Formats: sequence, structure tokens, C-alpha cells
Amino acid sequence: MDLYAEEILDHYKHPHHFGHLEEPSLVIQDRNPLCGDEIVLELRIDDGTITDVAFTGHGCAISRAAASMMSDDIIGKSLEELRGWKKEDITDLLGIEVGPVRIKCALLPLKALKSAVWGLADAESDT
Amino acid sequence: MSTATMTQSILDHSVTLDVEAIRAEFPILSRLVHGKPLVYLDNAATSQKPRAVLDAMERYYEHTNANVHRGVHTLSEEATGQYEGARAKVSSFIGACCPKEVIWTRNATEAINLVAYSWGRANLQRGDRILLTEMEHHANLVPWQILAAERGVELDFVPVADNGTLILDNLGKLLGPRTKLFAFSAMSNVLGTINPVRELTTAAHRQGALVLVDAAQAAPHIPVNVQELDIDFMVFSGHKMLGPTGSGVLWGRRELLNAMPPFMGGGDMIREVHLRESKWNELPWKFEAGTPAIAEAIGLGAAVDYLSDVGMEAIERAERDLTVYAMEQLADVDGLKILGPSAQQRGGLVSFVLGDVHPHDIAAVLDSLGIAIRAGHHCAQPIHERYHIPASARASFYLYNTRAEVDALVAGLRQVVEMFTF
Repeated sequence: MDLYAEEILDHYKHPHHFGHLEEPSLVIQDRNPLCGDEIVLELRIDDGTITDVAFTGHGCAISRAAASMMSDDIIGKSLEELRGWKKEDITDLLGIEVGPVRIKCALLPLKALKSAVWGLADAESDT
Repeated sequence: MSTATMTQSILDHSVTLDVEAIRAEFPILSRLVHGKPLVYLDNAATSQKPRAVLDAMERYYEHTNANVHRGVHTLSEEATGQYEGARAKVSSFIGACCPKEVIWTRNATEAINLVAYSWGRANLQRGDRILLTEMEHHANLVPWQILAAERGVELDFVPVADNGTLILDNLGKLLGPRTKLFAFSAMSNVLGTINPVRELTTAAHRQGALVLVDAAQAAPHIPVNVQELDIDFMVFSGHKMLGPTGSGVLWGRRELLNAMPPFMGGGDMIREVHLRESKWNELPWKFEAGTPAIAEAIGLGAAVDYLSDVGMEAIERAERDLTVYAMEQLADVDGLKILGPSAQQRGGLVSFVLGDVHPHDIAAVLDSLGIAIRAGHHCAQPIHERYHIPASARASFYLYNTRAEVDALVAGLRQVVEMFTF
């Protein structure tokens, strides 16, 4: 079936960047309590650029594949650029049509990332 | 064939329901989903509707449509007669003393809110207690939480055992001198557990507490008689028992309902209105402000006619047979774990987890095969927390489901296992 394309299942079974960073600059936890999806996103940030990422948590295949694919993609990207990311950036990565119910699963990793890149901006402006 | 003859032919096979004849009366069951025949196993969420219900509502709008209790013209007289006729049907379906004890609501949720707002606010003081159980649907938790926060009322909970039944050892202690209400589900929408309503009611009454039974899952599937059960309030939703959405019922003993203040104010619930004060209408209309869901009430009347014609005992028996079969077949699927008690202690639903596969993924793969089940916490998050799981998958049956559909479910689940195994 379309939702579970080979690539999605592959990322689900063998997620990239699953685990922890030794010295994360930032750790963000987010949940989707209605589904029971949970993600802990760890970012290494040097000079305003993501240099490494790891995640843990549990969730459905869509949310885990989205976290895995997003992690691959954001390394080397600036916080500035990631602040502009939208839902389409994730659905493009997934390469599937996600309906109105499952979109929440697909966007949980982005939601965590967004609070990271915006939260850090606030922290920086404070100092 | 007329509905009456069709129903008669079903009755002739009442030992085991003539499921094919029943299925033929539900138009939606012949549709395809993703090119496959629909296998509808989400009946605990909402049931499908037979032709008799759809026809009753269409006939009302095409032939009768008018407001009730107001006009003196023919249409209004007819509409009022049908609307009140439906109330009488529901009244005898649940064994109430009289139709005035049957209050129309939008659904079971609204009915519980009505009791919480009206009876709760008029009768509960700071320090009073309400007893609930750990297996309640959010509808039988949240209204009491709101009331508790507002009035300083305390909530207690009957715990649930690992096997999905209530632990009643400490019931005597949980029902303390300040417990004013014991509100519990007759049948859990997650575990399927059928609770011992009479036993719980006797214990509550001994302590002077009233009893509210959430029959949203029980009323559609097992015979329920409010007088035999000796309970005080009961709520259920029409849409889970072959009726339309927007039809629900609060049943209450009339002396309780009579003493309760109105829940909502407006037209139809008043006897007389002056600029600064009003007098309330009598039961049941005191609790029915504004133009009600007339077609929906008439639809629910047709639904209980249909259920009565088939026979609630026969439906209960057929669903238990199917549940026994389903539990045997499901137990054979690798990594599948069923929540709740044995088939003998439950109604026609089975919730389960399947290894590490998220219930959303299970439901999405099954959907691609035309099979509709529920995935998530089924509006009962606390019972999932009790079992330390974020969510579960649920297959729930009704009188039109077949063993072949259970087989399709099981085959679909084997496909899920294959797809998601590492």
C-alpha cells in the first residue's frame, strides 16, 4: 500500500540517527498524547548550524520514518533555514500522501525540531 | 420483501441469527473500500444503519417534517405523535416505567453532563464523593472532574485487575458515608468487560449512594431493563445501536428527575415565561430546551423496533459466539496480546496490542484491505495507562458480522506482522 512504501518501512525498521549524542547542545521532548507517539530529539549545534542529530522515542511507522528522514536531511542546515521549514518539507521527504488523520504522526518530529530552533533563538537573544 | 416479513424470516432462525438476511438490510455493507468488500469492525465507535432506520428518517422529512409540541396543524400533530411514539418505544426497550423517564439528548456524553450539571450541582457539597472505575470512558470521567473542581467534590475509583475485571474486595470501603453517586460503565469500551450491575447497585444503595450506569456499549448489545437492575440513572447513544448520530438518552427515576433543576433553558422546557421568571415544564420536556433532533429520535425509535424484532437475547448470543471464535483465532497471531477478560465475561469487542507495531499502523494496513477497526486509546486513556500501553487496536462486532470477517481480520493481522517485523 502507498502509505507504507518500501522506503518508509526501511526507515521504520532501521531508523537513521536513532540513539543519543555524547554532547548535545539541545534536547527536546515532544509528545502526541492522543496517539501515544513520543520523540526525544537531540541536536548538536555549532555556529548556528546543525552538525549532528539523534532521536529516541516510540511511535508509529510514519512518525519514526519521518524522524529518521528528517534527521538525515537537517545535518549541515542552518537554524535560520530550518525556522522556515513547513509541513511540505516533511511530506516531500516522506514522498507519500499523508491524510488528515495521520499527518499529526508525520509532523511530530518537525514539531520538536521547530521548538528547538525557535527556542534556541530565544535563548540566544536573551544573552 | 417487507421489513416485517424479512424480520420474521430472521426470527425463524433465531437460534443462530440469519446473518445474511440481516446484512442485506444494511445498504452500506455492500460497498467496497479500496476495491475490497467492507469489513466493518468498529461498531463500538458507531454502528451501521439498517434500511428501516434510513427509511423512517427519510419518510419523516419527505412526508411529515414540522416542529413538535407547537403547531396545531396536521404536520405538527403527526411529527409530535411520531416523536413521542419513539420515546415510548425506547421506554419499553429499556424497561422503564413510563416514557416521561426518557429524556432525549444528543448522546450518552450529553446525558452524563446533564446529570453532572443538574443533579450534581443541586445535590453535592464540598467533601462529598463520587465513585467511578478505572475503566471509564472519558465521557464518564471528565464531567465529574469538572464538577469535582468546581464543588470541592472528591473522586474515588474502583481499581481494575490485570484480567480486566473490577476489583471489588474494597468496594465497601470505597463506598463511604459521603459517597453520593457511583457512576460506572455496564460494559467497558476497551476491555469489553461486562460489569455486575446488580451487585454494584446493591452495594451502592446499601450506602445510600445513587447509581448511574453508562450503557453506551451495553444497551446496543445485551438486554437491559432499568427496573430489574434497580438503578437510578442510565445513559446511552442511539448511533451505537443502529440509530442516527445526534440521538441519545438519559433515563432517570422520575422522582429524581422531578426534583432536578433544568440543565438548559429555552423554548419547550417551560410552562410559562415572564420577563423575570419562568416555571418549568413537566417531565420529560423540562430537560429538552429548544427544537430537538426530531428525525433522529424517530430514527432511534425505528432502530429499537429493529433490535426488538431480531431479539436482544439472540443478538447477545450471536455476538458471544463470534467473540469466542475471534479470541481463539486472534490468540494464534504471532505477538498478539488480548486485553481484558475471557469471552464469557465480555461483550462483542476485542482490544489487543501486536508486538511493537503501533495500533495506527495496524489500522492503516487493515484499512487498505477494506477492514475498519479502531486504533488509539478509544477515549479511555486512563485504562491504557493502567496497562502501561499508549494505545491499542480494537475490533468490535455487531449482529451483522460474520466468522468470515473475523477470518479476514486475522489474515490482515498476519500481513501486518509480516510487514512490520524487523
